[in-house]
Formats: sequence, structure tokens, C-alpha cells
Amino acid sequence: MRRNDLRARRHPAYGAFLVHRLSGILLALFLPVHFWALSQSLQGAAQFDRFLVWTAAPAVKFAEWGIVALLAAHLAGGLRLLALEFLPWRDWQKSLAAAAAALALAVGLAFALAL
Amino acid sequence: MNARGEALLWLTQRMSAAVLAFCVLVHLVTVIVAVQGGLSAAEILGRTRGNVAGLVFYTTFVMAAAVHAPIGLRATLGEWLGWRGASRDIALVLFAVLLAGLGLRAVAGVFGGAA
Amino acid sequence: MEILHVKVWRGAEQGAFQNFEVPRHESQTVLDVVTHIQRHLDASLAYRFACRVGMCGSCAMTVNGVARWTCRTHVDAVAKGGALEVAPLGHLPVIRDLVTDMAPFFDKWARARGQFQGARSRHDDFARIAPDDPQRRQVDAGIECIGCGVCYASCDLVSWNPAYLGPAALNRAWTLACDARDVATRERLRAVGGDAGCHACHTQMGCTERCPKKLSPTAGIAGLKRALARAALKGTL
Repeated sequence: MRRNDLRARRHPAYGAFLVHRLSGILLALFLPVHFWALSQSLQGAAQFDRFLVWTAAPAVKFAEWGIVALLAAHLAGGLRLLALEFLPWRDWQKSLAAAAAALALAVGLAFALAL
Repeated sequence: MNARGEALLWLTQRMSAAVLAFCVLVHLVTVIVAVQGGLSAAEILGRTRGNVAGLVFYTTFVMAAAVHAPIGLRATLGEWLGWRGASRDIALVLFAVLLAGLGLRAVAGVFGGAA
Repeated sequence: MEILHVKVWRGAEQGAFQNFEVPRHESQTVLDVVTHIQRHLDASLAYRFACRVGMCGSCAMTVNGVARWTCRTHVDAVAKGGALEVAPLGHLPVIRDLVTDMAPFFDKWARARGQFQGARSRHDDFARIAPDDPQRRQVDAGIECIGCGVCYASCDLVSWNPAYLGPAALNRAWTLACDARDVATRERLRAVGGDAGCHACHTQMGCTERCPKKLSPTAGIAGLKRALARAALKGTL
């Protein structure tokens, strides 16, 4: 049987699905690492400080920003899903995808500026 | 899984999503504010150690994430890796336990101790 | 005389695209192109059509990678640079050339309990349903499905989850779940829950995007998810 290729997938809702799924996978992989890093604080303030120094490295800062961007994207996509599943909608679902993208971008920018 | 099981999983996913939406927003705002002017262990731990509200909030956050992430991965594992059946569900329960364990350990480290 | 360069799938599951050159006309549809090939260039080409005016859905095929009704697809709208690719509808077994076996599509319709089941007989009075009844409105929004298979071909979950009932079957199940006269709701909800049921929908919305009748199976599937959650909580599943 024939399967779909990229040509069938070029519509906004598919993009929203893909971003939501990929960001979810990456976040699920990141989360245990995040928890482990935080529990380093159990060893005491000195260990935590050394860890914080490491986080000042540019590559790490970029990764942190990436994580926040992923979180914002996943949250925005999730809110879109909740709206689609629980609210009566018809034609404004495409605007939802755009609104979700805008929200994610805004949060990512805010974090980048704060860094 | 039967209809009832899938329906309850779906509901659990949406409810944990709603909890996480709130927690993530609070967390992101907190992080962005905290990141202003650099980080230090003393600063962070000074604010968090013994903070009961923070303890309750982040425990809720961790438990919601420990529920949400595995359910979210379940569909992806089935659809993209063809992994279905009992072994997938067992692996995901173990992942949930890992997340909860690491997360609560981190929360204890950051919020535990005397004020 | 402008020429269209058309690639058409020949064979079955194994096969290849064959090239044809077809004269281009004003207001030409893709069905016109396929018909021209079969009548004037290669009589062995197999394809399906019936009404050719956008009512029956028989002419659904994959045009430049997208599932469409060929009688309602103007060549001008899809032929980029004078080139067209015509293939059989996706996610269904290919019988020959552009003809697919629709049996799996309708089998899933049946598995989703897409059949009305009433409790009245000819000896009872008519059921009374107000036209502006909210449930009836939900039914009306999804009832015009003619089973063309475009949504089924447009949904990636159908290929990622072989048992997935698919948007058309679930949309029909939703219209029946909202039908106050139908009495098989519990069995139907049981049939559309589970691994292969509505929870496999991840709102990619290919179905809603491509439905030639502008239906939204996504909305119906969301309704089924809500109905199932309610039933599961109440213990009526």
C-alpha cells in the first residue's frame, strides 16, 4: 500500500503535531538529567556552586535555552490540543497553531534575554 | 488495552497536562527571574531551603511530570518503534518510578532542611 | 498545444510509474487526464470513477502526493511546471494501477459499529428530534460522509498503527453516538476505545484538511474521546 510522504504532510496542524511530539521526546530524555543535576545540591552548597560554574559555559547556556524553548513549545502545543479536544471549534484551529507558535517564541525570547 | 483503560490513560494525561501547564508557567517565570544577575548556590538554597510552599509545589510538579512523560512516550513507542504490549507498559512504569525517584530526591535536596 | 507530463502508477504493490504526454486544455481535471490516457494512449490502464461531478467519491486518488477527488481537481491547481503524478489512494491494498481494494476501509467502519441500531419498529410513532437540538447539530456536522477514503489515506496514524479504525469510521461512530434514536452507544464506545480506536488520533488533522466534503473527523474523534472518558468515570463502559 502507498504511504504518505512530505507532500501530504505540509499543513499547519501536522507541523504542530511534530513539534509537540519531538519536543516531548527530548524533554522526557532531559528530565532525568535535570533531576540528577539538581540533586547534586544534596552534597552541599560547594558542590552546587561548582556545578553552577559549569552551567555558565556558553554551550551549556545554549542548551538551557534550548530546553526552555522545548518546554515552551510543548506547553503551547499542549494547550492547543486541550483547546481542540475540549472546546467547540470549527474554523479557527489554524489560528490556534499560530498562537501556540507565538507563545513558544515569546517564552524562548524572554529566557534568552534573561540569560 | 481495552476501551476503559485507554480512556482513563487519556484522562490522566489531560489532567496531568493541566497541572503541568500551571506548574511550568510558574517554574519558567521563577527561573527567568532567578537567572537575572547570575546564579549562586548560596542564593538559591538560601531562598529554597525550608520553604514549605516550594516543597509542596515542586513535589506536585515532579509527580505530574512522572505521570505525564511515560503516558506521552507510550504512543510514540508504539507508532514509531512498533513497541506494543505488556513489555512496553512495564518499561514505562519503571521510567515513571525513575522520574519520581530522581525528582523527589532533587526536591528534598533543594527544599529540605531547616529554614 | 501545451503538453502535460504525467506519471501514472502501473502494476499493483510492485510496479512503477509510467510516463505519458497528455494535451493540456482549459478547465481540465485530473480525471479528464486519466480518462484521456485510458481512451487514447493505453487502454490497459485501470482506474475507478462514476459520477465525475464531485458527488460519489469513487475517483479518489493520490495526485502529486496528496489524496484528492480527481474529478474535482483542476490541473491548473496542481500541475507545477506542467507535471503531474497520479498514484492510487494511499493506505489501501492496490488491486491494479489506480484501483485500490476498499474492503479494509469498510471492514473498519463495521468494526467501529458504524451501523445505526434503533429500538423502534414500524408500529411505533416517529422519534422526535428538534433540528436545533445540540446533539443533532453534531450529527449534522458529520453525516455527509460518503466513504471516499480520502481522510483514511491522509492520516499517518493509519500507516503507523495498522489496526487503527481511521477517521471515517470514527466520524460515523460519532454521528451515531450523538443520535438520540440509536441504542447501541455502550457497545459502540467499547468498539471505538482501545489501542486501535479514537485514542490513536493525535490531531494531525490531515483528515479535516483533505475532506472533500469539508467534514471534520478530528472534531468527531475529540467528541468520542470525551464521551469515553465520561463513560469510563461513570463505570458505564
